[in-house]
Amino acid sequence: MAGQTLYDKLWSQHLVKERDDGTALIYIDRQLLHEVTSPQAFEGLRLAGRKPWRLDANLATPDHNVPTTLVERAEGNTGIKDPVSLIQVQTLDDNCEAFGIEEFRINDARQGIVHVVGPEQGATLPGMTVVCGDSHTATHGAFAALAHGIGTSEVEHVLATQCLLAQKMKNMQVRVEGKLGTGVTAKDIVLAVIGRIGTAGGTGYAIEFAGSAIRDLSMEGRMTVCNMAIEAGARVGLIGVDDITIEYLRNRPFAPTAEQWEAAVADWHNLVSDDDAVFDKVVEIDAAEIEPQVSWGTSPEMVTNISGEVPDPDAVADDTVKRGYLRALEYMGLAPKQKITDIRLDKVFIGSCTNSRIEDLREAAKVAKGNKVADSIKLAMVVPGSGLVKRQAEAEGLDQIFLEAGFEWREPGCSMCLAMNADKLDPGEHCASTSNRNFEGRQGYGGRTHLVSPAMAAAAAIAGHFVDVRQLKDATQPEEV
Amino acid sequence: MQKFERHQGLVAPLDRANVDTDLIIPKQFLKSIKRTGFGVNLFDELRYLDEGYPGQDVSKRSLNPDFILNQDRYQGASILLARRNFGCGSSREHAPWALADFGFRVVIAPSFADIFYNNSFKNGILLITLDEEKVDRLFKAVEANEGYSLDIDLEHQRIVTPEGEIFEFSVDEFRKHCLLNGLDDIGLTLQDEPAIRAFEQRHREARPWLFRG
Repeated sequence: MAGQTLYDKLWSQHLVKERDDGTALIYIDRQLLHEVTSPQAFEGLRLAGRKPWRLDANLATPDHNVPTTLVERAEGNTGIKDPVSLIQVQTLDDNCEAFGIEEFRINDARQGIVHVVGPEQGATLPGMTVVCGDSHTATHGAFAALAHGIGTSEVEHVLATQCLLAQKMKNMQVRVEGKLGTGVTAKDIVLAVIGRIGTAGGTGYAIEFAGSAIRDLSMEGRMTVCNMAIEAGARVGLIGVDDITIEYLRNRPFAPTAEQWEAAVADWHNLVSDDDAVFDKVVEIDAAEIEPQVSWGTSPEMVTNISGEVPDPDAVADDTVKRGYLRALEYMGLAPKQKITDIRLDKVFIGSCTNSRIEDLREAAKVAKGNKVADSIKLAMVVPGSGLVKRQAEAEGLDQIFLEAGFEWREPGCSMCLAMNADKLDPGEHCASTSNRNFEGRQGYGGRTHLVSPAMAAAAAIAGHFVDVRQLKDATQPEEV
Repeated sequence: MQKFERHQGLVAPLDRANVDTDLIIPKQFLKSIKRTGFGVNLFDELRYLDEGYPGQDVSKRSLNPDFILNQDRYQGASILLARRNFGCGSSREHAPWALADFGFRVVIAPSFADIFYNNSFKNGILLITLDEEKVDRLFKAVEANEGYSLDIDLEHQRIVTPEGEIFEFSVDEFRKHCLLNGLDDIGLTLQDEPAIRAFEQRHREARPWLFRG
């Protein structure tokens, strides 16, 4: 019999019941909650007279809707100027209090983007099933946790039953072998993967990322890769456990201690695909061939190399794709065959659940250090993923580097990734963004998003247009010791 | 949940691939803490010429005359015909809430994104996957014939066109059962409470570090 994939192992470890039609009940170890996709779930519980099945499985924090300016944050919830946002954040507080769920409130140092907070607290552990009413829950798969983004009805279902109704997915392995070039990052890997397989390429699959280039990544980099599995259509992204995983989790507040830690570590070492496991699909990518990536269109698959150019729709055979390209170029205000380095920018956003962790901020700061944001850039902002990331960055002096270069240094939250708060693009503005989606209107009505790595975003802020970060003097060299 | 057995309705064609959930319902409308009222902002950025915000008087907004749902011939449509990878992007259930609130009961496309697929069935919306060639034929028929409607029979898993042509479709048994009977998932799952308790006990013994306290 063939061996099991990591996904197969996680699935069978959580299978409560499987129906004849293939629908299964799987047990959920951790649910992360935020203010946008939970209010209707709590209301549903209340209307049905139900209680959460297991309180300690849940952890909540407001992130999507919170303001990021210090002046608003200084006053906590009452500082939120938008009355509709305020109601939503307040509703999360009220629901967590009423039902007895642990919450990191707006000005708790541990508050932040759910997908930064979970791992940072050790609330995400290998071998867990993790859910959250947010598609980027795939992030937690970097810890060999089976993590699904779910809708609000499912949030309510998990609160009430500790289970999720699911159907087993197919297995895909994306193997990235070799060494990444200098200045090429985890973000470039995942954008290149999406460019290769398309935004629906992973639909119906759990994608396991493997290969030496993935093993070489830090946990922050691995989270960036798994985070964007959903942009390739896969609800689940996964990476097997190794020593890097285990060292990241040691001494985290929610992680086990003493003998339990030892037992857990022994168990976690099994959370890798067996050597003889069979995948339904395998995609192989040579790390050495990956260049820094920039998206040019309105879907994450519309992405190319920094040395490349905007494609010519006339060269596309498939009619649906061609019309999509034409529409995207019109929306983005770009011309066919325009060089990527000629795209001029108005705003720069460094943040989001994809790229707001300490390593991301270090990468960006290395490029920003001693430089100035171009005069043509109206706003360049850095939004740390959590209060603890912010504190760490400040301890390392990164905030001063950004401020001296002309970036704004903000309070943690989802911010301009989806622009639910005041951080947004104006119509027609081009933004170099370290976030995950370049959909029409995503960062603001009429806004034009280009997805890039933190280093590429910082370099673009300084140049005022896209530049190859590898050509910037010193920016990508290791720091002197 | 509203039952779905058989539905006859007018078809509106949205001729565009990769329609994402941000396009179905933009984020500024996700600030609501209710499940209803999203219909007026369905496809907001395509439907209106100005920028929408929560709580505004939509009757004062200027409509985009080129958008299908603003055209006279598609008024009252309850079946949406779409292209591949419909519903990609975020997990916001506000997307199917907006479609349902507007009056859509069925979406037909060559493929759907996974999370959107789950969310729709939980809100009484039937998603039908047909191959590209059939979807293409339906697009041509809808565009050529004003008042084009389809008869959707979930029980027998078939679509009947005005010409009498039949397209069969597949849907998994559990989702079909829930839709036909308007069943609430939570109630069904709680019938398995003993199995869940027993599993939880074994799981706690095998991996106690997954439980705090």
